Amino acid sequence: MDKRDLFRDNVLTSGHRACSGCGEAMAARMVTDLIGPDAIYINATGCLQVFSSHNQQSAWQAPWIHSVFANAAAVASGVEAALRAKGKNTPVIVQAGDGGTFDIGLQCLSGMIERGHDILFVCYDNEAYMNTGVQRSSSTPHAVRTTTSPPGRLANGKHELKKDVISIMAAHHMPYAATATIAYFPDLKAKVEKAMSIKGPRFLQVLSPCPLGWMHDSALSVTVSRLAVETGLFPLLELEHGELTGVMRLAEQKPVEEYLRPQGRFKHLFTGKEGGVELRHLQALADARIRRYGLLEADTKWDTARAMQSERNGRGGYVSTSTSGGAEHGA
Amino acid sequence: MKQLLEGSQAVAEAVRLCRPQVVAAYPITPQTHIIERLAQHVANGELAAEFINAESEFGAASIVLGAVASGARSFTATASQGLLLMTEVLYNIAGLRLPVVMICANRAVGAPINIFSDHQDSMSVRDAGWIQLYVDSNQMAVDMLIQAYRIAEVCELPVMVCMDGFLLTHTFEPVVLPSQAEVDGYLPAFQFARTLDPTQPMTIGGASEADNYQEYRIAQHHAMENSLAVIEALDAEFEQQFGRTSGGLLQGYCLDGAQIVLLGMGSLMGAVCDAVDNLRTQGEAVGALSLRCFRPFPAQALIQYLSGAQRIIVLEKAISIGGGGIVAAELRAALYQAGITTPLESVIGGLGGRDLTPEVIETIFKKRVEAETEMTNHFAPNHIITDEIDSGGKAHG
Ligand SMILES: Cc1ncc(C[n+]2csc(CCOP(=O)(O)OP(=O)(O)O)c2C)c(N)n1
Ligand code: SF4
Ligand SMILES: [Mg+2]
Repeated sequence: MDKRDLFRDNVLTSGHRACSGCGEAMAARMVTDLIGPDAIYINATGCLQVFSSHNQQSAWQAPWIHSVFANAAAVASGVEAALRAKGKNTPVIVQAGDGGTFDIGLQCLSGMIERGHDILFVCYDNEAYMNTGVQRSSSTPHAVRTTTSPPGRLANGKHELKKDVISIMAAHHMPYAATATIAYFPDLKAKVEKAMSIKGPRFLQVLSPCPLGWMHDSALSVTVSRLAVETGLFPLLELEHGELTGVMRLAEQKPVEEYLRPQGRFKHLFTGKEGGVELRHLQALADARIRRYGLLEADTKWDTARAMQSERNGRGGYVSTSTSGGAEHGA
Repeated sequence: MKQLLEGSQAVAEAVRLCRPQVVAAYPITPQTHIIERLAQHVANGELAAEFINAESEFGAASIVLGAVASGARSFTATASQGLLLMTEVLYNIAGLRLPVVMICANRAVGAPINIFSDHQDSMSVRDAGWIQLYVDSNQMAVDMLIQAYRIAEVCELPVMVCMDGFLLTHTFEPVVLPSQAEVDGYLPAFQFARTLDPTQPMTIGGASEADNYQEYRIAQHHAMENSLAVIEALDAEFEQQFGRTSGGLLQGYCLDGAQIVLLGMGSLMGAVCDAVDNLRTQGEAVGALSLRCFRPFPAQALIQYLSGAQRIIVLEKAISIGGGGIVAAELRAALYQAGITTPLESVIGGLGGRDLTPEVIETIFKKRVEAETEMTNHFAPNHIITDEIDSGGKAHG
């Protein structure tokens, strides 16, 4: 008997234990429903795994496995290899937080990409180690308060910058890497569908506000994630074979303050003595990203077909073919 | 037909005959020849498997975890630093009750870094929940590897075949390789019910708390205990089909009338048996016992073999720093529980590749038998740490 018929359609069903307004829960719901239950999901340790998989109360209605924190991309590599050996092409999806992507999981992720596994890796980026109680990760932006980057007499929150992980992904010359967020569902949908139409390693970084860690009203998750884009702090990008092939342009640039104000994690910048310096710094970072990706300019010209052709000369490389209709994966 | 093969080649052939569909590996001496040979088999089309070059041993263990959870028989091999790097995943594989099979080409653990053989690596992960089988010879490595897949798949437990680095992996010995048909007759196609399959969606590796975590751990322990009988039965079945035994849990040598028993694990037992032969010609009532299966710990079988002994000397190539001999400690506990008060001595040696020749073993034997000392730790002239204890006298006196 095909047990799928017994269930509702959602891959991640309701009743799980996420906080109200959890951006990661929203993002996972969107992404997994777009992909559907005919896929195998591999989850790293983190909030999503913890709130969805309590013993005998699983919220997953698709085959789902969690092993440890750092190895999701490697477990997925094994799953994909097994499917290949058996002549099956069930889609393989990894889900991980920013800690499981930028930090502890980066080595396995890089290996998975370099070996060309046919896997979509989705990073739900909430910019800190939320599951352990909001510690800073390499994804935490500059100046943010976390429990391990507290502001104090000698510090203004996190000293370092947010790691530019999408560029690291692009440096692998992987077939497809993109950023998205929960505020722009049509964009997210298009990117998931595009990713599912491509063979080879693919990466999606979904900015997922966390009301608990970002200290904003739980009703504001979508608003805050929209402001991250509109200020230029979180550009929505597509990169194919190492090159930028798409950006979501901004009609106008909003000042970063509009994004920072609703979030308690930036509060010290508005009350502390030296906050003004950091506010100017964060504005400069947003300006630089806007310039770098031409977010206020006209379209760039990039010939994806030609890029793919040059990447695929010879017998090696990624076996990436854009099957444009998504026929193989049937997303 | 006997063939002269390097241990790594022989065992790689055994792996090929078991038809794994996924092989994941990362290079580390002295395991490399095994995976190199498998890579060549895959490249030549002689083994229909996906060969995955992992980015680390942590990755390699995770890859076979994913592959087995997806219903594909898999293989990996490592040693030493690589095994320790796998540790987190080894526990996870065991907790998920996945029938993964791997070879540990036993090697010392740094610092100081040392590529040569002892048992510190596998002994350090003895609590991870893997069946651990130690082999004496290359023939036994071949036979045990084939049995390992059967054991793993029947018990839904992972199995680590422990094979001394260099002493076995890089040594040429005559080996009988079974035919594909023979192996197929013993090892059916991979069957595992709890797999990732969209038609039967299952959550694997969910979170657990105090309400049921302990039950999982106890169930895992019971599965381990129950595997003792399976290991013996499958060795008997193997013997019936192939005419060779790997000894099951334990293998005795010259135990008839033996008052003193030398106990050890792995390739060391070749030298131990030679030493026993020499000592017997000198009139010593000595025998040897090769502990094949260290996990699960075969306490009952050990007691059966050792109940007649008047003195036991445990030789081992690993040390629990600050504790002492590991096999010795477990054996003492088992004997104590059975009310057996035979004096037991713990001798640690052969670390980092130091030779334990028959002559050295004879010297140890004579020194220990003559000694009437209290429990101490000291360095013998040949730098073998000995810890002497008359457990009977102290425990029950
Ligand atoms: C090896 C290891 N180190 C640390 C932890 C503790 N830990 C569990 S979840 C987690 C944070 C996860 O952060 P992230 O990946 O960003 O996911 P989030 O919870 O934020 O969604 C940490 C540090 C662990 N489980 N394993
Ligand atoms: S802590 Fe943040 S990421 Fe975790 S469940 Fe709550 S809102 Fe979601
Ligand atoms: Mg996070």
